Formats: sequence, C-alpha cells, structure tokens
Amino acid sequence: MIETNDLAVLLETLCPMFVLVNEEGRITCIGPTLQKLRPDQPMAGKCFLDVFELLRPRSVTTIAGLMSLAGGKLHLKFHDAPRTALKGLIAPLPHGKGAVINLSFGISILDAVRDYALTSADFSGTDLAIELLYLVEAKSAAMEASRSLNLRLQGAMLAAEEQAFTDILTGLKNRRAMDVFLGHLVTGNSPFALMHLDLDFFKSVNDRYGHAAGDYVLQQAARIMVEETRGDDTVARIGGDEFVIIFKDLSDEAVLSAVAERLIDRLKTPMVFEGNRCRISASIGTALSTQFSRPDPAKVLHAADMALYEAKRKGRSCHCLFSALEGSGQERTAPATSSE
Amino acid sequence: MGQTKQETNLGLFMHGLINRAIQSFVCATYGQSCWLRVTEVAELGFVEFEAMLVYDDDRTARVLDALCTRLNRPRAEILEDLGTYLVSHPNMEDLRRLLRFGGVTYVEFLHSLDDLSDRVRLAVSDLNLPELELRELTPTEYQLHCHPGLPGYSSVMVGVLRAMADDYGTLAILSHDGQKGTAEAISIVLVESAFTEGRHFDLGARKS
Repeated sequence: MIETNDLAVLLETLCPMFVLVNEEGRITCIGPTLQKLRPDQPMAGKCFLDVFELLRPRSVTTIAGLMSLAGGKLHLKFHDAPRTALKGLIAPLPHGKGAVINLSFGISILDAVRDYALTSADFSGTDLAIELLYLVEAKSAAMEASRSLNLRLQGAMLAAEEQAFTDILTGLKNRRAMDVFLGHLVTGNSPFALMHLDLDFFKSVNDRYGHAAGDYVLQQAARIMVEETRGDDTVARIGGDEFVIIFKDLSDEAVLSAVAERLIDRLKTPMVFEGNRCRISASIGTALSTQFSRPDPAKVLHAADMALYEAKRKGRSCHCLFSALEGSGQERTAPATSSE
Repeated sequence: MGQTKQETNLGLFMHGLINRAIQSFVCATYGQSCWLRVTEVAELGFVEFEAMLVYDDDRTARVLDALCTRLNRPRAEILEDLGTYLVSHPNMEDLRRLLRFGGVTYVEFLHSLDDLSDRVRLAVSDLNLPELELRELTPTEYQLHCHPGLPGYSSVMVGVLRAMADDYGTLAILSHDGQKGTAEAISIVLVESAFTEGRHFDLGARKS
C-alpha cells in the first residue's frame, strides 16, 4: 500500500490543487497551487471545514458527512476573502485513513487567475485552464470586431432606410418619394392632378381583426390603386391609411372623377382575410396643378386635402373636386397655406 | 502574397482579418495617406477593410502589389515587417497575448505552432490558416514547415517568429530555408534562451 508521503508527491504532479485530510478532517498535505491562493496562511494542520465552506451539498456540516460523499461533486468557497468558488471531488482513502479532495476553479478561473496572479506553471499539463483562458480572450477579440462591424452596418442600414423611396408594407412609393416627385413636376412645369385618398373604417378593421388583417387590407387597397391607374401615374402611401395618387399631364376632371368612382367602388367591396369580411371604403379629394397660377407642391396637396375633407363631410365613399368647393376660385385658393 | 501562380489560385477568398492586418500595418508604419494611395492604385473601391467579412483574394494581391511599387521593396521583405508588426506593435497587444498562450518558453511556443491553425479556427471559424509543422533537429535547431494555402505566409511567419523571440527574451537566428516538398521551410537557431528578460506576460491581464 502506498504511503501517505508518496501519495502526496504523486498528487503534487498530477493535481496541484489537491488536499489530503486525515480521519479527523484535518489537512495533512496541500497542493502547491491551492496553497498559493493563501500564501500567508499555511493550510496544513487546519481543519478542512474551517478553511472551506461547503455550499453543496448543504446538508453536510461534519467530517463524517463529508467522508460519506465519495465520488460526489462538492461546491465550496473560502471562508475568508477573496471568497473564490471552487469545485471539488472527494475520494476516501482505504481503511478510513482520511481522504483526497481534488479542487478546481470551474468558472471562477477567470477571476482567480487575476486575483492570485496564477501562471501556466500553476496548472497541470492536462488541465484545460490555459486553453479556456485563450479561448475567452480570442472570442472576446473576435466578438469585439463583429460588434464594431454590426454598429457600422446598423448605421449604413439606417442611412439606406432614410434614403429609401419605397413603402415596405405595400410596395408603393413613400412620402419621401412623393415629395421628390412633386418637386420634379413643378420644376419641369408639367401639369398634373393630385388625388388624396383616405381609407374609411380602416381603424375598425384593425381593431376588430388585428394588425395582420389591417396589413392585408392595406396591401389589397394598394393593389387596387395600382390596377386602376396608368403605369406612369405615381401611387404613394403617405401615412397609416392615407394615399396620394399623382396623374402626370392629366387635367380632365371628368376622367379623374371616373377613376375616383371606380376606386371607391372596388375599395367598398369587402375583402376576406382568414374568413373575416373586412369592410372598408374610401374618401377622395382631387386638385389640379393648373388651378394655381404658380403651383407648388404644398399648395396642391393642401387643395386636395380640403377637397378630401369635404368628401368626408358629405358622408363616406365620396369623391370631391377642389374646383367644386365654394371659394376655390383663382387666387383665393388654399387660404391656409397661401401667403400671397 | 504569392511566390507562385498555383498558390494564388488555392484560395478564392481572403479573410477580412488578414486584409485588416495589412491595412493596420500600412497605416501604422507608413501613414494614413500612404494607405489611401495604395487603395486607389489597387482600385479597391473603398478604403477600409472590415475584419469580419471576406473579400476576393485578388483585392489583397492588388493591395500588396501597389504597396511594393510605392515602397520600392520586395514583397517578402514587406511581409516580414508585417509579421513583426503583428507581434510587437501596441495596436496588436491582443494578438501578442494570444500567441503567448502557446507556451511559457520560446521553445514551448515553437511547439505550439503545430496547433496554431486549429487554435485560430477555434476563435474565428472561417479563418483558415495553412498548417505549420515544427521539426526539432537538435535542442537548439528547428525547422518550421509552412504548408501551402496562403502565399507569403512563410515570410509573415519569419517576422512573427523573430518578434516573438524578442518577446520571450530569446536570441534566435531566423532565415528562409527553401522549399521542402510543397512546404516552405524556415530555419530557427537558438543562440541563447535567456538573452534578455523579454516582455511580461500576465495570464490574468484581461481587458475589463
């Protein structure tokens, strides 16, 4: 049978964080790395449970209890600070002569290496501690590089969204695109008609059947508007349920009224989403750029807005021309925005 | 980085980390304006490589060509300097630390090079560096075989090994030792293992 001293020498090589305790639970021998954690307090001679607090299993408070845990996993902490957490495994020696307890840092290794200035020489050659430390540093560096890339990509994405001209939900143009397009028309002196369309009862569809139904209705409405207009007309979604249609080189109010009526007819037809009949309708106001001696986008938009307001006032599912409003005559137009 | 044509054809993509290392080296050594000129001549179309993206390896070749022309120096020399930069410049402290995990002594570090490509893959899974193989001829004479895959890698490694010898405080003589089969060999002769104190390596000096 191997002598205790020989055993200690063997353990020093294989597991530098071992503890040898005698049958009374007193420390007889301790591995060099473990002793390095308390350089000024030799542990040999002390009672194991006076140096270490057993956290798990909690029920065990006596040496006899500790000895009965052969092969089981222990969770320990130093009684004094720094209260480094340790994992342990206990193996009783034959004939009740005490036990070997092998300790390791577990996840506390990162702090331990710093707190106790440990070096590679403090770990056994088969211990994966150094590989773990390497991996933590390497992964942190790689993660840092990825994070900085993510931040830059996020910035680029926001910039791209800012510059985008498309409404993602419907595929129509967005408000920004409409502003740019109106600007071009005015600068190029092209006559145009502008329809402002507001969906009626959209909010109640959203409330009753949920956002998915609302999104579906918006998409169907968008499809109808595209179908009922010419290829070079511009259809834009400029708000939740607000749309603007720009008809380039069209000033015929009869044609525009016919288009508006068709749009309202089709939008009134219930749309079925997941078995629910979603009923909406539309109110439309139309203005012509030619109604202004010096048209600017804001004026034409405002005129269409007033016509839309009138359409709503008359009840839903109506179309109203700006020219039909009282007081829409030349140069008394659009009083709210006109500064002339 | 290529000495031979078939080498350049092996990899179609060059990891951003490698490109970024070149960019960082040029900026730190020759200045930002030199880097901007190089990217123009190389027709990169941008001025910053992203470390975590991959690029067409042709771009890397064009950058190195432009750099050689501008500095009027052979490619191998520039790549050796790049290797030295990677270990010794304060910008690259993280990398130096990772290399120092290889061993407590320079000889241990040399032996750890056999695992270098695996270690690198553990950290960045799509960064494939060629295999390295250390041959111990005598306790003071070694030969490092750099297997193909990344043209110019052996030149960079000469710079890395030289700077790491300084880091460990070891006096070593390094030289290219020609072609051994498909590998390029580097000869390492240790003159004195405790020539200077070397630089400090604190295992627990993590960035918080």
